[in-house]
Amino acid sequence: MHEVWIIAEENEGKIKEISYELLARGRALADTLKVELGSVVLGHCIQPSGLDALIAHGSDRLYVVDDKALATFSCERYALVLESLITTQKPQIVIAGATTMGRTLMPYVAVRTHAGLTADCTELGIEEGSGNLLQTRPAIGGNIMATIKTPNHRPQMATVRPRSTRALPIDLQRRGLIEYIPFLREWDDGRLEVLGLRKPEGQQLSIEEADMVVSGGRGMKKRDNFQLIERLARLFGAQVGASRDAVDRGWASYPHQVGLSGKTISPRLYLAVGISGAVQHLAGIKTAGCIVAINSDEHANLLDIADFAIVGDLFSILPQIERHLEQRSKV
Amino acid sequence: MYIIIPIKQVPETGDVQMDKESGTMIRSGSKSIVNPLDLYALEAGLRLKALHGGRVIAITMGPVSAVKALKEALSMGCDEALHLSDRAFGGSDTWATSYVLSKAIEKLGKPDLIITGERATDGDTGQVGPALASWLDMTLVSYVSSLEMEDGNHLLAERLIEEGYQKVRATLPAVLTVVKEIACPRLPTLAGKKRSMVTPIPVWTAMDIEADPACIGLKGSPTRVVKIESPSVSRHCKVVHALDDASTADAVEQLFSFLEERGLAPLKGGQHA
Repeated sequence: MHEVWIIAEENEGKIKEISYELLARGRALADTLKVELGSVVLGHCIQPSGLDALIAHGSDRLYVVDDKALATFSCERYALVLESLITTQKPQIVIAGATTMGRTLMPYVAVRTHAGLTADCTELGIEEGSGNLLQTRPAIGGNIMATIKTPNHRPQMATVRPRSTRALPIDLQRRGLIEYIPFLREWDDGRLEVLGLRKPEGQQLSIEEADMVVSGGRGMKKRDNFQLIERLARLFGAQVGASRDAVDRGWASYPHQVGLSGKTISPRLYLAVGISGAVQHLAGIKTAGCIVAINSDEHANLLDIADFAIVGDLFSILPQIERHLEQRSKV
Repeated sequence: MYIIIPIKQVPETGDVQMDKESGTMIRSGSKSIVNPLDLYALEAGLRLKALHGGRVIAITMGPVSAVKALKEALSMGCDEALHLSDRAFGGSDTWATSYVLSKAIEKLGKPDLIITGERATDGDTGQVGPALASWLDMTLVSYVSSLEMEDGNHLLAERLIEEGYQKVRATLPAVLTVVKEIACPRLPTLAGKKRSMVTPIPVWTAMDIEADPACIGLKGSPTRVVKIESPSVSRHCKVVHALDDASTADAVEQLFSFLEERGLAPLKGGQHA
């Protein structure tokens, strides 16, 4: 039977969290369809413990291609490998993360395989009767949810928003098959060469991958005050986000920008401080698990989609929150 | 250097208000603009032209009214514009759209570079740029945040990815999708506006680009929209007021019990429950 596949992601040999989230999605689909769940793992020096973890998180079968040429993502090489695997194995569904890799690789491969592809889904399901994949995604700035299917083409492909679901608990009893596929020279398309990586200072995780994000906006009034956001983020174990306004004023750099012209994110907790909530900003956070606003304006747009709000002077509120957090960490 | 910049006309979202009853968008006057993220692609292309010479062509696929977006591209400084317009293109998904664009680009002659915005602010898929690279077999460099030419055949770029800025060298011809950091878009000039009025904008149909009818429009699109729903707007926000020291302390207490109930309050040293 045609399998359900996920495209695992790894960095320097280590499997990334998004892979386990995709397995949770894929497991539900494969169980409904009563087929096996496969994982495609491309990389170099992939740790065996990572492969075991993919099985423990729900994968029945792994297709592993481990070669120096795949050490970093290059769309040309990855696409040649994936296209070849899809052509030989004929999976019915292929899902990847809506990450910079997934959103680059999937449209490229979808052209070659004549597949239907839906971007940045937040829900996946199976249509009763037909067995078609139902892909639901926010569109028009998160103001509508569109459900899309691919009735006549296979595979059905989708990218899934990171953090929009949680990984399944580890099951060490699970058994899976690991298939190693040798890297073919004809896949070695070297038109894109990776030279290195420059890490921005002080940033551990991208905001798309973060469990919690503390964001600041125009209400912070000046650049120096933005340190309050950074401190609060540290105390929460969160990453720093910013509104477009704050980025345009130079208080935070572009990788921190949340919203339509920045990143669309889905953290478990989004804490927005001094952000009134332009439509473009709201579009970037609509699928967050929980939204907390701290704002001086009771009528700020952000409160329309927040779960909890403190209305008042943020420069009095933030120090109290900090004090509270510091006391907690001492207990 | 010969550069093509595919752009898209989108509804302006800036003034959009939400109808709180129905949860739908009220499009005030439904004004259309050039996709804001495409302006960065236009700027990047125009800067390369300023440095290395050559020509920049803006193209769009869309209804008759989309010519306005092309005029804006011309008034920013693009040399030529091309409008792909045909009823048969209507209902195209990203697969079919990228096919149409690639057929037109083949007819124009393959450029050294195609530069696109990261995604459009309405559809928000970001799929057309990478798909173009696939159709035309050009090197794909996505999420480009800075860019320079190394020599006539290679470019050096940084890509903004989850781990940071990845440095790459790419062989031309290439498709770049660019992020906001690439450059600050220029405003149209008066001279540019005047030129945009007199520059002819050819309109090509499906026949002109010799598109396979089975690959365009709704019929040529693998995906189908099943339904559209408006998610409920309100999350029923609990609002507490912090007016003075006492009420602020109380508000913060309430915040933490709220977070604790949901398992979101940090424990020791910033660890989570």
